[in-house]
Amino acid sequence: MLLEVNDLHVSYGAIRALKGIFCQVGEGEIVALIGANGAGKTTTLRTISGLIRPQSGTITYKGQPITKMPPHQIVSLGICQVPEGRRVFTRMTVLENLEMGAYTRKDKANVKADIEKVFQRFPRLAERKSQLAGTLSGGEQQMLAMGRALMSRPTVLLMDEPSMGLAPMLVQEIFSIIKEINQAGTTILLVEQNAHMALSIANRAYVLETGEIVLSGPARDLANNPEVQKAYLGE
Amino acid sequence: MLSQQLLNGITLGATYALIALGYTMVYGIIQLINFAHGEIYMVGAFVGVLMVSVFQQGLLVSLVAAMLACMIMGVTIERIAYRPLRRSTRLAPLISAIGVSIFLQTLMTKIKGPQPVAFPPVINDALYKLGPVEISKVQIIILIVASLLMAGLHFIVKYVKIGKAMRAASEDYDTAALMGINVNRVISFTFAIGSALAAAGGVLVGIYFNSVSPFMGVLAGLKAFCAAVLGGIGSIPGAMLGGLFLGVAETLGVAGGFDLYKDAIAFTLLIIVLLFRPTGLLGRPIQRKV
Repeated sequence: MLLEVNDLHVSYGAIRALKGIFCQVGEGEIVALIGANGAGKTTTLRTISGLIRPQSGTITYKGQPITKMPPHQIVSLGICQVPEGRRVFTRMTVLENLEMGAYTRKDKANVKADIEKVFQRFPRLAERKSQLAGTLSGGEQQMLAMGRALMSRPTVLLMDEPSMGLAPMLVQEIFSIIKEINQAGTTILLVEQNAHMALSIANRAYVLETGEIVLSGPARDLANNPEVQKAYLGE
Repeated sequence: MLSQQLLNGITLGATYALIALGYTMVYGIIQLINFAHGEIYMVGAFVGVLMVSVFQQGLLVSLVAAMLACMIMGVTIERIAYRPLRRSTRLAPLISAIGVSIFLQTLMTKIKGPQPVAFPPVINDALYKLGPVEISKVQIIILIVASLLMAGLHFIVKYVKIGKAMRAASEDYDTAALMGINVNRVISFTFAIGSALAAAGGVLVGIYFNSVSPFMGVLAGLKAFCAAVLGGIGSIPGAMLGGLFLGVAETLGVAGGFDLYKDAIAFTLLIIVLLFRPTGLLGRPIQRKV
């Protein structure tokens, strides 16, 4: 397995956010992590990225433990995150945001070529490249956040609620882009409240409830599971 | 007469701006008012005196030496007094900063004694006439050095990779880390740059007023802090503008007969500006992160 999370426990003070999470992401997969608000989805991603120190448990990447690594080292290993709420640098230009995404890279010429690739994939960003990112619409910001993460040439892309706050049309567009990115060879771990969309593109999925994995399996099976349908798909 | 006072005010303001930049950059990135910053400025002035008197160096070498020494000092202070407290309450590093400030003042008093020391002559006190205005060689040097340093800072922040990382980290610390930016290194860099600017300010002021003392950082630090808040704390152009604004206001106030209230002018202005613009002249409205 490319990325493995074993018995991960995380607490915020007295609040236990994760109570022993296990999950695996294989090379080339799209794996979805679904669950209600406050189930611990974002905490899981932030812990993988090194922003949160777990109480116990391990995270391994290509067999190597990364549990105690600082975030910037985890990025240089090839794990990059598109954070919840996009979090583009609003007071920097679109181009500068993309440059920040390539911060760990030293191959300047290739970085330039990759910026062009991002602009090809997202032509609206090309038109706005010298504009401050704070002036972009929500959908454009989501594209920028994704383009920025791609600039690090990640092996694994962690995506936190890419559909949040976007119009349904845009959600469709964003998910088809996620699929494209995956088909181009990037492994994806996707966190979503929009379980329906997530299960439609994922290979496998985990259902998280109050800090524990309660269900897991192929996305198609979960989408047909009556409990999941009742709790997360509104059917 | 007015133009002469303006020139004097701008010269003084340029030195306030150099100090204010350090406050604003550090605040921008870790939301800490570095109360030891005035003492870094003071140490910078003393390193300048040391270089000129003991090592017989000229202005340029002394200035660079003071800046380098204070860079190391600033980075060290952050490492031992602020970084271990990063995840504690906001108040803890603030108190630690006050502790560092008192420590440095006391240390310098132990070494050099509490009396002010004259800055040994490094440049002659030639005066030049520009129409109705007289400008001294020291003033010219202050204006040139301060402009060059600020232009250099602008260049770094705008175009150099680590400068851009500084902007990214000051806007969103966690996301900067998620981009692979080593945020600790960026913070060290910020302290290095801020301290170097303060040291340059210390040497220039030492030469300008021909006096250096272990307590010179207290009032200068407070005023520069006012300048940074006036301009909008966290904003680099704001600190430059705030510094100049304060220098001019203070000089004009003194020329206008309020010389007894000289040191009160900065604080009065601060109160007035904050009453009408709580975020300072160029400050942004406070955004709450969700």
